[in-house]
Amino acid sequence: MPIIQELSKEKIKEIIAKRIAKEFKENDIVTLGIGLPTEAANYVNENMNIIFQSENGILGLGKNQKGPNFDKKVVNAGGAFVEVKNGASFYDSQMAFTIMRGGHIDATVLGALQVDEEGSIASWQIPGKFVPGIGGSMDLIVGSKRVIVAMTHTSKDEIKIVKKCTLPLTAYKEVDLIVTERCVFEVTNNGLMLTELNPMFTIDDIKKSTLADFKISSQIKKMEV
Amino acid sequence: MKEIISAKQAAGLIKNGSTIMIGGFLSCGVPDKVIEEIIKQKKNNLTMICNDTSFQEADKGLLIKNGLVKKVITTHIGTNPVTGAKMHSGELEVEFYPMGTLVEKIHAKGSGLGGVLTPTGIGTILEDGKKIVEINNKKYIFEEPLGADFALIYGTVVDKYGNVAFKGTTRNFNTSMATAADTVIVQADEIVDCLDPDSVVIPGIFIDYIVNGGVN
Repeated sequence: MPIIQELSKEKIKEIIAKRIAKEFKENDIVTLGIGLPTEAANYVNENMNIIFQSENGILGLGKNQKGPNFDKKVVNAGGAFVEVKNGASFYDSQMAFTIMRGGHIDATVLGALQVDEEGSIASWQIPGKFVPGIGGSMDLIVGSKRVIVAMTHTSKDEIKIVKKCTLPLTAYKEVDLIVTERCVFEVTNNGLMLTELNPMFTIDDIKKSTLADFKISSQIKKMEV
Repeated sequence: MKEIISAKQAAGLIKNGSTIMIGGFLSCGVPDKVIEEIIKQKKNNLTMICNDTSFQEADKGLLIKNGLVKKVITTHIGTNPVTGAKMHSGELEVEFYPMGTLVEKIHAKGSGLGGVLTPTGIGTILEDGKKIVEINNKKYIFEEPLGADFALIYGTVVDKYGNVAFKGTTRNFNTSMATAADTVIVQADEIVDCLDPDSVVIPGIFIDYIVNGGVN
């Protein structure tokens, strides 16, 4: 049996973040989840106008402040001190969720514990073990025009792309795209469609590391790695 | 003119068993000086309504660490492992809401509405035990208004009329919470005679007491 190639954590992050960055279009309003999704901002074409939103009350989020004199009154949703871009605005949580739940965000990128072939996502708890909570994730997923999941294909030996989520859902049938270090799946009305494959892996590798059924696109592309 | 009191006096108003809303997103825009005094005065059996429980050694997190909170109504506890540990051991009750739902429940209370209908949480366990309302073929969860005995909020600049202005991302839940509690205490970085009405974010009528946060 062929052994699935091991990629370093850094390389995995880079492959996923680079691929996610290609999803954004000129003038998109985008909210990135904390952690891996945030990395995508580093790979966006500098000439493109993308407005990043932060759920704690910023439109026009910039890079992290470099210091040494930090403005501690301007933070992102992870608590890091950040800069804002020209045209930025600050607002309260009610306005933040008017923007997020109200359908004013073009795309959101989030991590997940499980995603299933119907596009349902579980990301807020493993009952009894790991319960970080909901935060802004449920509202964001329900309200965004496009929901992109950015995650490692598996977690240790645990398969994360499943037929039906077994963990408590964050949202039901809301995911549009799944990007991992191995491949890209589009969520269609007829289930998952494999549209891109990292050339370091075979379709057989994907089948072995995915519990969900999927179709293979006739126009399947190579993922840039 | 509003009464300006010390953080110690502010904490003294709170009783054991009170329900308190505390503004802030993690440690940004938090009335930390008032929280320090609550800890010193060991006010306990508190129900705390807050966006998150911050970090284990910071502001809202210290109320949890010191065992002063019996129940927390919040959206996220992932940044404070002590909250998770106390929840799993049964020492602390945690009630989770999506962030947008929590803020609207508070807003509903403050603005005299009968509740909120939100699509967020449909198809998840958040539906359990909740009234589901269908409008134009779309399902919504009905959520009741949420108020408190006290709201402890932060303001960057507060004038003597209680008007509050903010810098940066410090607004977060402070604005909604100011409208939804019986007694509202604002901790100010700076107290001035009179703000320019154009810069006021929270009208002074919502504020009962001002605490000088002593930054300036």
